[in-house]
Amino acid sequence: MNDFLSVTDYLLEGFTVTLELFGLTLLLALPIGLIICFGSMSKFKPLRWLVRTFVWIIRGTPLMLQLIIVYYGPGLIFNAGLLPRFPAALIAFVINYSCYFSEIYRGGIESVSRGQYEAGYVLGMTKTQIFFKIVLLQVIKNIVPPMSNEIITLVKDTSLARIIAVYEIIWCGQDYIKMAGLIWPLFYTAAFYLAFCGLLTLLFGYIEKRLSYFRS
Amino acid sequence: MAILQVKNIKKRFGKTEVLKGIDFQLEKGEVLSIIGSSGSGKTTLLRCLNFLEFAEEGTISVDGEVIFDGKARKSLKDAEIRKNRLHFGLVFQNFNLFPQYNVLRNVTLAPNMLKIDTPENIEKHARELIERVGLTDRIEHYPCQLSGGQKQRVAIARALAMNPDILCFDEPTSALDPELTGEVLNVIKSLKSSDSTMIVVTHEIEFARDVADKIIFMDEGVIAEEGTPEQVIGNPKNPRTQAFLSRFNQTFA
Repeated sequence: MNDFLSVTDYLLEGFTVTLELFGLTLLLALPIGLIICFGSMSKFKPLRWLVRTFVWIIRGTPLMLQLIIVYYGPGLIFNAGLLPRFPAALIAFVINYSCYFSEIYRGGIESVSRGQYEAGYVLGMTKTQIFFKIVLLQVIKNIVPPMSNEIITLVKDTSLARIIAVYEIIWCGQDYIKMAGLIWPLFYTAAFYLAFCGLLTLLFGYIEKRLSYFRS
Repeated sequence: MAILQVKNIKKRFGKTEVLKGIDFQLEKGEVLSIIGSSGSGKTTLLRCLNFLEFAEEGTISVDGEVIFDGKARKSLKDAEIRKNRLHFGLVFQNFNLFPQYNVLRNVTLAPNMLKIDTPENIEKHARELIERVGLTDRIEHYPCQLSGGQKQRVAIARALAMNPDILCFDEPTSALDPELTGEVLNVIKSLKSSDSTMIVVTHEIEFARDVADKIIFMDEGVIAEEGTPEQVIGNPKNPRTQAFLSRFNQTFA
């Protein structure tokens, strides 16, 4: 029961949950982050102010605390029932990472020079054409390094979901301490994170290389 | 009839009045050079002609048709502005090439997007223009693989690809090393012989004297002096023009 293979098997179950949380967070936070980004760059001041305050609150408080608030908050404040653990964790992660992504997008968009827009204007292009045909790829190139950094952080941040008892890989590793008094399975979880982050590093390296044919 | 007629253009940024009523006209095939010190309003004037800025007062007419009136600027629609911009081309000081596209794509991008011709004709025309600026052997290169002078020549081909009535240059050699200015100035000279109508804002006084049919000297938002190169550069009447040119002669003698 406590041999290497069965531990691996059990930890893989936990790691599947880790990957689900990672994948779904990414899937939702990437587009929502873009919406938040447009809000934070809006010409309509009240909206910009509101969005930037929200981003400040989310980035200015610990993710662990946000997990606890999303999980216990609705019950305490509205006397509603508790959310299931996994969706609660997912909501907290999506909110948190959307805000970080929005700031990365904003930096990427603002780093494209005015001259690029003006060159498009004097050639008679519309704003939409300029955004999609000229600006977008330059933004993508600009944000790949900070994005890969943030996404790799997300892989490891999923372990915070353990605080509201989502059965991800850290929780499973800790199970062995309670069940069998073994600590090495918990240490062993590091191998899973390392392998996955290694894969991501290769992927982002490949994307960076594909975009290295031009310099903005 | 004049191809371009500019009347009483006024523009302010906040409290600063940058253009205080500019009038001039240009015949088809003429080259106008605008000289003057930094902050005299030369660049702002070009940007008003290309609708990157909007003058508060004054009119701009092309071929006798008023395409811009400062009084009606708030009611201008995006589509009208885009249509009016096509009368003018603009070559920037900093080139502003699109870094992710090669030389050919930089030139064909806008014509294809605006569907001004069939893709085959657009490409054929683009290849001709690239040959004219002497970059056929660089046609697949990306901007980051080109020198400043080559970039500016691509920018000129790109502007010509939209067949503008009037091609404007905003200090086209100011961002270049001195040894690279010649190749760009030669391209502009060659355009003159092909009858393009051009407005060149420049600090290259010698070049202005050689190429321009008409020179405007701007100072603090007004035209202080205008005339042929012989009049304005050879024999300036206005003390400000004299002071400006003598500074140049001291620096570049």
